[in-house]
Amino acid sequence: MTGLPLLSAHQMASFAARGFLRLDAVVPDDVNRQFLDEVGQVAAPEPGRKLRAAYGRMLAEADIPETPAGVPLARAYAQGSALARMLELPVVAGAIRSLVGDNPLFDHHFLHVTFPPAYHEASGGENVSQHTHQDSTIDPRRAFDVQIMYYPHAVTLEMGGTRFIPGTHLRKVSEAALARYQNIRGQQHMVCEAGTLLFLHSGVWHGGGVNRSDRTRTMFKIRMNPREPQVRKFDVATLEPQDRQRPIFYLKGPQPPSVEQILMTPEPWFEDDTGRLEMVNRVKLWRYLTGDDSYDADYWLTRLENLAAA
Amino acid sequence: MRRQSVLVLYLSNSALDSAVVGWSRYDGTGRERHMAGDSEEPPYRTGLDALKDGWRLFQASQLNPHIPGAEFDVSYLKYEFWFEQLEEIVP
Repeated sequence: MTGLPLLSAHQMASFAARGFLRLDAVVPDDVNRQFLDEVGQVAAPEPGRKLRAAYGRMLAEADIPETPAGVPLARAYAQGSALARMLELPVVAGAIRSLVGDNPLFDHHFLHVTFPPAYHEASGGENVSQHTHQDSTIDPRRAFDVQIMYYPHAVTLEMGGTRFIPGTHLRKVSEAALARYQNIRGQQHMVCEAGTLLFLHSGVWHGGGVNRSDRTRTMFKIRMNPREPQVRKFDVATLEPQDRQRPIFYLKGPQPPSVEQILMTPEPWFEDDTGRLEMVNRVKLWRYLTGDDSYDADYWLTRLENLAAA
Repeated sequence: MRRQSVLVLYLSNSALDSAVVGWSRYDGTGRERHMAGDSEEPPYRTGLDALKDGWRLFQASQLNPHIPGAEFDVSYLKYEFWFEQLEEIVP
């Protein structure tokens, strides 16, 4: 036992199915204030000055370390810094342990700032949202990295919080190749209180929104890699034994809440045929997360694995 | 002088009268600036509804055989339909 509040089987199934976990207002105000102090202020807009220059200076002057990729996450931030304090919160440490196991590695981090219209007008640039993309590059692994998006101040809809499309994490795509997709049914925009964290499976399609407010929007992203198989790291005591398959298609009423119910809930954007492939891939991911190679939900893999051999 | 406006619809299957699951707009007249995340509801319920409203279909994605060994892989949205309207603008 770790003593940490680990994710329950239902929370873990939801992450497997949808690729995100949202923890609202879990970082205390004093940590949020400390982080914003460490980040510092961006210079006011000035006619003719490129936005990139102001942003570059902010990144250079922020009290956030340049950290080599591949070091233990636990050593990435100085003791007592806002980011170390955030990662040490039991609810955060428990979620990290549940998703990527013990002692994950630090991959990279970045201070994402979106600027209000005055900056774009002053620099002569266009104020637009970021294209939807999947981070890094094509990733065919069953294992996955996790990215924590930290929102140290309240985010309104007008500020253009992170946009993401639940359930896209199992798609094998190449970064911004999908940028032509402007809107997808079921997309979500982060509107949240200060101290909110969004944990994303590294495959989730996302992008920054356009900031139409009168202040900058700050989000800090930390990516981490597992160092061991992500098997049975959540609170497995909450995993109920599956004694038989559920009935499928011909149902006389709603089914009771269960891991299967969570895994088999489609997203609004699912295509008719590939939506079924998503279910197959969710079952495969759940097999990995639980270490149970015989697991199935709604008979998808049982049917395919029946070779009817004599 | 004419300019092209483009509508891209992503449908739930290969039938043009199936439901829209994703959409994009590019307005060559410069009157509107569309971008990622700018609307929550699709402009049409189906691709056929776009035809009825005067959009002209000029490209549809192909149906390709599944690659052996990768039959269960999912990647890009599969049912992409490109529409256009030509609009007069005052130079």
